Amino acid sequence: MTTEVGSETEVKKDSEQLGPDKAKDKPEEASETPGDQKSRETSSGEAQDSSVPAPTNQSSPSSQKKEKSSPESKGISRFLPPWLKKQKSYTLAEPKDEPKKKATGEEQVVEESESQALEGVAQPRKSLEEATENRQNAKAGDREKHSISSAEIQPSKEDGKETEVEEVAEKKEEKQEEKRETKEVQTAEIKIDNIPQKSPKKIKTVQCKVMLLDGTEYSCDLEKRARGQVLFDKVCEHLNLLEKDYFGLLFYENSEQKNWLDSSKEIKRQIRSLPWIFTFNVKFYPPDPSQLTEDITRYFLCLQLRQDIVSGRLPCSFVTHALLGSYTLQAELGDHDPEEHSSDYISEFQFAPNQTQEMEEKVAELHKTHRGLTPAQADSQFLENAKRLSMYGVDLHHAKDSEGVDIMLGVCANGLLIYKDRLRINRFAWPKILKISYKRSNFYIKVRPAELEQFESTIGFKLPNHRAAKRLWKVCVEHHTFFRLLSPEQPPKAKFLTLGSKFRYSGRTQAQTRQASNLIDRPAPYFERTSSKRVSRSLDGAPMGISDQSLVRDFSATGGQAAGDKIIDLEAAGRAKLKEGGREEDESPLKTPQLEFTQDGKSLEEEIASILFSKERFGAGTSGPFAAASPGPAEGAAGEQTGAAAPGPQRHASRAEGPCTGVSDADKSSHETLDIVEEKKQAEFGIEETLVVDETNKGKMQVATDAGETCKVEHVSKKDSSSLPSDSSSSSSSSESEDEEVGEYHPHHRAIEEVIREEQEDEEDMKRKEHEENTQHVEAIPEGSKPVPVEHTQVTVEDLVHENTITVATEEKNLSEQIKQDVGEEKEEEQLKLNGDVSHVDIDVAPQLICCSEPPVVKTEMVTISDATQRTEISTKEIPIVQTETKTITYESSQLDGNAVGDTGVLVSAQTITSESISTTTTTHITKMVKGGVSETRIEKRIVITGDADIDHDEALAQAIKEAKEQHPDMSVTRVVVHKETELAEEDED
Amino acid sequence: MAGLGGGLAAFGRCTHAVVRALPESLCRQALRSVAGPEVDLARAEREHQLYVGVLRGKLGLQVLELPADESLPDCVFVEDVAVVCEETALLTRPGAPSRRKEVEAMKRVLESLNLNIVEMVDENATLDGGDVLFTGREFFVGLSKRTNQRGAEILADTFKDYAVSTVPVHDSLHLKSFCSMAGPNLIAIGSSEAAQKALKTMQQMSDHRYDKLTVPDDAAANCIYLNIPSKGHVLLHRAPEEYPESAKVFEKLKDHMLIPIANTELEKVDGSLTCCSVFINKASEL
Repeated sequence: MTTEVGSETEVKKDSEQLGPDKAKDKPEEASETPGDQKSRETSSGEAQDSSVPAPTNQSSPSSQKKEKSSPESKGISRFLPPWLKKQKSYTLAEPKDEPKKKATGEEQVVEESESQALEGVAQPRKSLEEATENRQNAKAGDREKHSISSAEIQPSKEDGKETEVEEVAEKKEEKQEEKRETKEVQTAEIKIDNIPQKSPKKIKTVQCKVMLLDGTEYSCDLEKRARGQVLFDKVCEHLNLLEKDYFGLLFYENSEQKNWLDSSKEIKRQIRSLPWIFTFNVKFYPPDPSQLTEDITRYFLCLQLRQDIVSGRLPCSFVTHALLGSYTLQAELGDHDPEEHSSDYISEFQFAPNQTQEMEEKVAELHKTHRGLTPAQADSQFLENAKRLSMYGVDLHHAKDSEGVDIMLGVCANGLLIYKDRLRINRFAWPKILKISYKRSNFYIKVRPAELEQFESTIGFKLPNHRAAKRLWKVCVEHHTFFRLLSPEQPPKAKFLTLGSKFRYSGRTQAQTRQASNLIDRPAPYFERTSSKRVSRSLDGAPMGISDQSLVRDFSATGGQAAGDKIIDLEAAGRAKLKEGGREEDESPLKTPQLEFTQDGKSLEEEIASILFSKERFGAGTSGPFAAASPGPAEGAAGEQTGAAAPGPQRHASRAEGPCTGVSDADKSSHETLDIVEEKKQAEFGIEETLVVDETNKGKMQVATDAGETCKVEHVSKKDSSSLPSDSSSSSSSSESEDEEVGEYHPHHRAIEEVIREEQEDEEDMKRKEHEENTQHVEAIPEGSKPVPVEHTQVTVEDLVHENTITVATEEKNLSEQIKQDVGEEKEEEQLKLNGDVSHVDIDVAPQLICCSEPPVVKTEMVTISDATQRTEISTKEIPIVQTETKTITYESSQLDGNAVGDTGVLVSAQTITSESISTTTTTHITKMVKGGVSETRIEKRIVITGDADIDHDEALAQAIKEAKEQHPDMSVTRVVVHKETELAEEDED
Repeated sequence: MAGLGGGLAAFGRCTHAVVRALPESLCRQALRSVAGPEVDLARAEREHQLYVGVLRGKLGLQVLELPADESLPDCVFVEDVAVVCEETALLTRPGAPSRRKEVEAMKRVLESLNLNIVEMVDENATLDGGDVLFTGREFFVGLSKRTNQRGAEILADTFKDYAVSTVPVHDSLHLKSFCSMAGPNLIAIGSSEAAQKALKTMQQMSDHRYDKLTVPDDAAANCIYLNIPSKGHVLLHRAPEEYPESAKVFEKLKDHMLIPIANTELEKVDGSLTCCSVFINKASEL
C-alpha cells in the first residue's frame, strides 16, 4: 500500500484517506494474534449482553468524528458527493477500531457469535465490517433523518450514533442539492444484510403492513433498518410460499406509481417517508405457469391475475372473462351444485371490471361444465388460458415517443413492447437490445442494427419524470436478468462513468429458481382458496390496486408511522431473528472474506475482489435454501463462504471449490449451471482481450466486468500484496442515492459476438452520456513480472504482467486534486518505467510514444423512432446530441505490448474492479494468462477524470502513472493511453 | 368452448362460411387498383360457384350465401366487412365509402348466428377485413389506404385477448394481398420486396416465431387454410394454371389436403381467395 499520500487532513483527498488509514490499520491488525481476536470477540459479546459499555465507547468515536467532520463540512466537502462523506466517516472511524466495534455493537455481536463458530476466521473481517457498518450507519442515519422526524428518544448509545450519522446526512443533503450522482458500493450493500438480522441491542422496530393477494393483511414488526429481504422472507413464510422469486413487494408513491422494494436494500431508504405499507404481488409472470412446481405458487399467481383482470390491467374479452371466471368458481367452490349455488351465487364474485348479468350467466353456464376439476386443476386451466392473453405479464409504463405522442412501454419476459393506444407498434426482444439507459426523464434503448443496416439505433422515450424513467429502467434490468440470464449479473463496478445507477437485479433468475424449485421436497401444503370472494367484497367492485391505494392513503393520514417505532428488547429480538432461519446464520460467514481484506489493509482491489468472489459463490449456491433467502448475489455468496473462507492469508487456496463442498446437493447442482456461465464468460473475456489492442477502451470494461465474475479471487489477493490504487478504495464506500440521474444497463447476452458489439459501443455511449465538458482518460499500463507462487490450480505462475489503465475525470477541481494525490508527484509519462524487479522478463524500457490519433470517431447515430414500421423507412443520419472532440494518445512500451496482448495464452482469470470517487472512476482490470508455462498478469487501470478545463491534465496523468508504478513496483508500465474528450455542444438540458 | 381459441389445435376450425353472390355491376364498377381487362362475368360466376361448391360440398361447411346487390359492385368481397374471431364479430367500416353499405347484409347474417356483434361506428375509423391477418395467436393489421390506425384500435378493443400489431402496407391493396395463413403456425408470404418487408415487420412484432412459406407470386400467397375435422388441414390455393411456380410450393405441403381454385376473374378487381368468404366456427351448442 502506498503511503505517499500527503495530507490526510485535506478533505478533498478523502478517497485516499482511506488508503492510508487502512494502511495504518493493517499493521495493527496484522499484529494481533488470534488470542486478541478472541478477547475482542468476547468483549464485544459482553457488549451485547449488557449494553452498558457500549454507550460509552460509542460516544467517543462519534464525538471524534464530529469534531473532524464538522470543519470538513464547511469546506470543500460541500462539493463532495454524499458517499464520499460517508467514506470520510468511515475513514475516521477506522483507526478507532476498538471503540468502533462497540459502537456498532449490535451487528457486531451477532457477527461475533458467528465468527466464534468459525474460529479460524481472521479478525480482520471485523474491522471491515465495522467500516461498512459505519457507512451503513451513515446511510441509515441519513434516511432516518429524512423519513422519521418523529423518531423517539433513544438510548444514549443510539444517540451517539445518530448524531454522527446526521452529520453525515447533512452533508449528504448538501450533496444532493448539487445533483451529483451517488452510487452505492457493493460492500455497503452487502453489509446491509447483517444489520437487520443480527442486532443484539435495543432495536427500533416499525410495524409493517403487507397487503396480500387474497385481500388479507399481514403485519409484522421490523427493525427499522431491515432490508427488503427480511420483510419479503417473512411474508413468504407467512404464505408458506417457496417459489418466491416470481414475487415481490410493492410500495406506492401515489396511486399511480408503484415501486418494487429492493430486497437488497434497506426498506426505509427506499420508502423514505412513506408509510410502511406494502403489497405482495407477482413481479415476474412465468410465461408457462405449468412449469411451476407447487400448486400454491400457481394459486398465488391466479390470485394476482384475478386482480389484474378485475382492475383492467389485464384486458380480456367477454368470453375469456367468463371462462376464467368459471375456473375461479370451480377452484373456490368446487363442482356446481344447483341446490347450494342459487342463481345469484356468482354475484359475490368479481370477474371483470364491468361485470354484467350476461357475463355472470355465462360464467355459471361454464362452471357447470367443469365438474370434476379439482381446485388445483381449475387453477391450472385458469392459468393456461390467462397466459395466452396478450397483456399477460406486461408491465406498462406511460411514455411519449420522440414526437411527443403518448405511447405505452410494456416490459415483459421477452423484451420491450411499444404500444400506441391498444396497438402494438413495435417490439424489441431482449436479444435485440444492446443497451438500456435512462437519463433524467428520458429512457433509451440501443438496438442492434437490423439486417442490412449498418448502425445501431438508439431510441429515446420521454417518461413523465425522472423517477418514472428510472423505474422503467429498473424493471427492464430486472426482467432481462430474470428471464434471459442464467445467473444475475454483477452490479457494475462504477465503470467509467461517474454517474449512473449501479442497480442490478440481485435475486435469482428464472433459470435458477426453476432449478431450486425442482428440489422442493415437501408435501403439497394445504391452503384455502377463498380469495376472490373476499376480494370482491372488500373491494366493493373496485379494482384491487385502487383499494390498495386508498388503504395506503388512509394509513398515512392516520400518521405515517402509525405503528410507531418501538423499542424492543434487543436480546429477544435478536434471538428471534436468528431463529428465523438458518440462512441468516449462513449469511454471516460471507462477511468473512471481505472483512479480511479490509482489515489487512489490502488495497481496495482486494476488497473488491472479495466481492467478486462472493458473487461467484452466489452463483454456485443459488439453489441452496439460504441462497434463496439472501437478497443479493454478494450476500448469498458470502453466506456460503463459511467453510471455505480461510483466514486472510490462506484464503486464496480454498476458494475455488469451496462453496460447493459444504453445501447441499442443491448447491452442487446449481453450481453446474454456474460453471457453464463461467465458461462462457471466460470466452467473452478472451475476446475482450483482443479488443484491448484497439481503441475501444471504454467498451472493454463492460466485458471485463462480466469476466470478473468468473475470476477467482485468489489471484488478486495473492498476486500482489502490494495493493491497489488507493483511490480505488473509494469504491468501497459510496452510497446510492435514489435519485441517480442516469443509469445504464447492457443486457448481457450469451452470445459472444453480442458482447463485443456492446463493448464497442460503450465509447459512443460515453460521449453521449457525459455531462462533463472535459474528459481525460489516461491509461497507464505498467507491466512487470514477478514470480508468483501459484496456490491455485496447477498453473505455475512465473511472471506477472500488470497493466494499468488509468482514466481520470474531474468535474470539480477538487477532484483532480484527489487524483493527483493518488498519483504522486511525478508528472511525466516518460517516467513510466518498469519496476519489475523479480522476473526474468525484466523490461525496463521507457514507454515510447506509439500513436497519437485524433479524434477516434465515435459519432453515434441517434434515431428516435418508436414505431417499428416507420423505423425501417428512416435512415439514421443524425448525430448524437452531445458532440465531443476526442483525442487519444497512446504511449507504449514497444516490446511488451504485443507480447501481452497478442499472444494467445490461456486465460486463467480475469477480473475487473472499479471504484469511484467524486468524479473519478477507476477501473482496474486484472487478467491472468498462462502462456507457455509462464503466467502473466496484466493490470489495466483506467481512471476517468471529468471536469472543467482548468484541470491540469498533464499533471493528473503524471500522477496517475506514478501512482500506478508505486502500486505495482514489481511491474512495468507497457502502455499509457491518454484519451481526451471535450464536449463541443451543450447537451440539451432536459 | 375454446377459450382463447383453444390454442393452435383449434386454428382454422370452422363450421360456417358466409359468401355473397357477385353482382353484374362488378364488371364495370368494382373498384380496382389498376385498370386492365374487363371481368368476364360468366367466368367469374363459374369460378365463384366452384369456390362455394368446395366449401359446401367438399368441406361440408354450412355456407350462408347472401344475395348480390347491384348497388354494391364489390359486395362479393365479404371478407372486408367483417372480422370474426371465435364468438365475436367486428363489423368493419370499409375504407372505400362505396362499400360501407355492404355491412348491413353481413350484420344480419352474423346476428342470425348469435355472434357477439361489435360495430365500428367511429367515423374516423376505417378497416377492411382484407387488412386483418389473424394467426391464431395475434392479429396483424395492415395500415393501408383502406385501413387506418383508428380502425386497428377498434379491432384491438374488440379482440382484447390478442395482441394487435400494425403493419404498414404501401404497395398493395391489403395486407392479405400478399400473405395469409397456410397452417396453424405457417404464414404464406409473397416474394416481392414489399411482402418480405411486411413479413419482417410482423416477425419483429411478434413474440412468436412463425414458419413461413414463401411463394414466388404475391397473389398466390393468399390462400385459405381450414381445419376440418374429417379432413384435417385443408388448403385452398390458387390453381397451377394461374401461378404454376407458386402452386409447386404449395404442393410440397404434404400434410395438407390441397384444393386448387382458379380466381382469374375476380383477381382483375383485386379479389383474392380469402376475400370471398367469412368463416365462423360455431361451437356445437344445441
